[in-house]
Amino acid sequence: MTQHVSPPRDGTGKAAPVDAPPAWRVRLGRADVRTLTLLGVLAVLVLIGGITQPDSFLDTRNLQLVLTQASVIGVVTVGMTFVIVSGGIDLSVGAIVALASVWATTVATQEYGFFGILFTAIVVGVGCGLVNGVLIAFGQMVPFIATLAMLASARGLALQITDGRTQVVTVSSVLDLGERDAYVLGIPPLVLVFAAVTVIGWLVLNRTTFGRRTVAVGGNAEAARLAGIDVRRQRLYLYLLSGLCCGIAAFLLIVLAGSGQNTNGNLYELDAIAAAIIGGTLLTGGRGHILGSVLGVLIFTTITNIFALNNLQTDVQQIAKGAIIVAAVLVQRRTASTH
Amino acid sequence: MTKLTSRRGLLFGAAAVSAGAVLTGCTSNDPDDGDDKAASNEQPAADDKPGKPITIGYAGPQADHGWLNAINDQAKKRAEKYSEVTLEVTEGSNDTAQQIGQIETLINKKVDVLVVLPADGKALTQVGLKAMRAGIPVINLDRIFNSPQAYRCWVGGDNYGMGLNAAHYIGEKLKDKPNAKVIELAGIDNLELTQQRTQGFDDGLKNYPNIKKVARQAAEFTVESGQAKMAQLLQAQSDFDALWNHDDDQGVGALRAIEQAGRDDFLMVGGAGALSAFEAIKSDRGVLKATVLYPPTMAASAIDLARALGQGKGVSGLAEFEIPSTVTCYSAVVDKTNVDQYMSTGFK
Repeated sequence: MTQHVSPPRDGTGKAAPVDAPPAWRVRLGRADVRTLTLLGVLAVLVLIGGITQPDSFLDTRNLQLVLTQASVIGVVTVGMTFVIVSGGIDLSVGAIVALASVWATTVATQEYGFFGILFTAIVVGVGCGLVNGVLIAFGQMVPFIATLAMLASARGLALQITDGRTQVVTVSSVLDLGERDAYVLGIPPLVLVFAAVTVIGWLVLNRTTFGRRTVAVGGNAEAARLAGIDVRRQRLYLYLLSGLCCGIAAFLLIVLAGSGQNTNGNLYELDAIAAAIIGGTLLTGGRGHILGSVLGVLIFTTITNIFALNNLQTDVQQIAKGAIIVAAVLVQRRTASTH
Repeated sequence: MTKLTSRRGLLFGAAAVSAGAVLTGCTSNDPDDGDDKAASNEQPAADDKPGKPITIGYAGPQADHGWLNAINDQAKKRAEKYSEVTLEVTEGSNDTAQQIGQIETLINKKVDVLVVLPADGKALTQVGLKAMRAGIPVINLDRIFNSPQAYRCWVGGDNYGMGLNAAHYIGEKLKDKPNAKVIELAGIDNLELTQQRTQGFDDGLKNYPNIKKVARQAAEFTVESGQAKMAQLLQAQSDFDALWNHDDDQGVGALRAIEQAGRDDFLMVGGAGALSAFEAIKSDRGVLKATVLYPPTMAASAIDLARALGQGKGVSGLAEFEIPSTVTCYSAVVDKTNVDQYMSTGFK
C-alpha cells in the first residue's frame, strides 16, 4: 500500500510528500477512513455470512432481523457516544433501560395505553439521566462512581417493582408495532426510530454548537471553561441525553419483547462502550463518531446473527467475538495511522 | 438406610414366596406378616395434625426470577398451614458472604431445622457443615452442597429428567414422521443445569432414530434474550417440527419472536412451569403444547420434610422410620390433558 502522508502532523516531517494525495483522500478526513474500515469489516462479515449460509443470511427477512435486533442497543450507543466524547462514561444505561421498561409495563401504567407506556419509559429514562447529571455536574462526583451507583439503585428499584416477575404487555397498539404488518415499505418501525436517532445524533454532534461544546469539554474541560463554555451545564445535558436514549431504547425493547423484566438491558453498558470504541470514539474524550458507533453496533449484531445461523454454540461465539473486537481495532488503527 | 431396606425387602420377598409356595395351609402367626405390620403401622409418620412445636429457619436467594419467587411463596404458605411450625425467613440474598451471615444468625438463634436454598451451593457448603455440627439438621433445597455431610436431606429438581421427558414427549408426537427435525433453545450455557438439560434431551432423542436435532442456541433465561435467540433460530431454520425451550420466562420472548415471524408450523415444549405457559397450553391456540416441570412445590416439600425431621417422624406413604436423604422431584410433562391440576403451581 502506498503511503500518502497528508500534511505532516508536526514540524519534524522530513520530506513533504512528492505526490499530491488523490483528491478523495484529501476530502476524506481521518474519521471517514475509520468509517470506511468499519464498512470493510462489515462487508467481510456479510461475505462470510453469505458464503456459509447463502439462503438464510442473504435474505430480506434476515436484514430486517439484524437491523431490528440492533435498534435497542443502537439507540443506547448513540447516547453513550455523546457521554464518552465529553470525557465521561455512563455505566447505568442497562439498568436505566431495565427500570424504564419495568416502570412502563406495570399494570397501572398499561391502563394509560400506548402513550402512557411511551411517556413513562421516556420520563423514567430522563429522570435517571437527570440524577446522574446533577451528581456529576454539580455534586462533583466522578462519572464512573455516580453512574455505578445509579446502576445498582436502578436495578434494585426495577427488581422491587417487578418482584422478579415478567410483566407481559397487553396493550395491543404497542404489540402491533413489533409485528410485520406495521413495517413501513418493508422497514420495521423500530429500525426507523433507530435511523432517526442516528441521523439526529450525527447532526447534533457534528453540526451544532452543542456538539462542538461536547467535543471541547471532552478535549480539555479547563480550556473549554476558559473559552466561556458552561462545562457543568453541558455535562448535565449530556447525561440527560443519555437517559433520554435509554428511555427510547426501553420503549423499543417493550415493543420487541412484548414485556418488561428487571433483567432487561443486561450488560448494555459494556456492549455500548465496546461499539463506541470500535467506532473510533476515544475513551478519554474529545473525539467521537456517531456513524462509527452505529457501525460498531451493526458489526456486533451481524456477528451474533452469523453465529446463530451457523448454529455455533456460546463458547465458540464468545471466543470469536473477543478475537474479532481485537482484530477490528487493530486493523482500524493501522489503516488510520497510515493515512 | 437404602441398603438396609432393600436387604430387608429381599428377605421378606423371598420368605413370602417360599411361604406362599410351601406353607399353603398356614394362615396365622407368620413372622413375615408381623414384620410387615411393624413397618407400616407403628412408625410415626408426619401428617397434618399439629405435633411438637418447632422452628424452621429458611434462607433463600434473592427472588429476582419468577421461579425463585414461587419457591419462597411455596415455603411460606406451606409453613402457615401448620399451626405448630414457626418459620424464620431471612431476607433473600445472592451475595455468598451475606447469605452465610444470615444462616449463621439462624444457627445462633438455635432453630430446630434449617432449610437452605443456597445462592451458590458449593460456596455455602461450609456453613451447611457448621449447622450440622451444631446439631441443626439441614434440608438442602435444589442447589446442592459440595459435601453430603453438609445436609441431612437434599430436595431438588431433575434437570436431566427435564430434558429426557421433553424428548420423550416430542418423540411420541413425531415418531411417525420420517426425518423429523427438532431445535433446542437452551438456557445460560455456563450453568451446569443447562448442560444437564441438554444432555437429557439428547439422550432422550436417541430413542427416536427418525428425529434429528438440527440446531441449538443458548439464551439467558430472560425475555429479551429469548426473543433475540429465537428470532435468529427461526431465520436459520425455515422448516422444523418441534422446539424445546428450557425456560418459560425466556419462552415469553421466544413466543413473541415466533408471533413476529408469523410461524405456527411446529410444536413447542417449554420448561419450568410458568403460569403464562400453563394458560397458553390450556387455550391451545399457539404453538406451545406442553411444558416440562421444574416444580417450585419442592420448597413446600422441603418444609414438610423439615417438619417431619424436627418432630422425629418419617414421611407418610413410605415404610421408612426416617425421612429420605435425597428427594429428586419428577419433571412431569404438563399438557392440555393435565394442565388444570398444575395451574395453581404456575408462577408469574
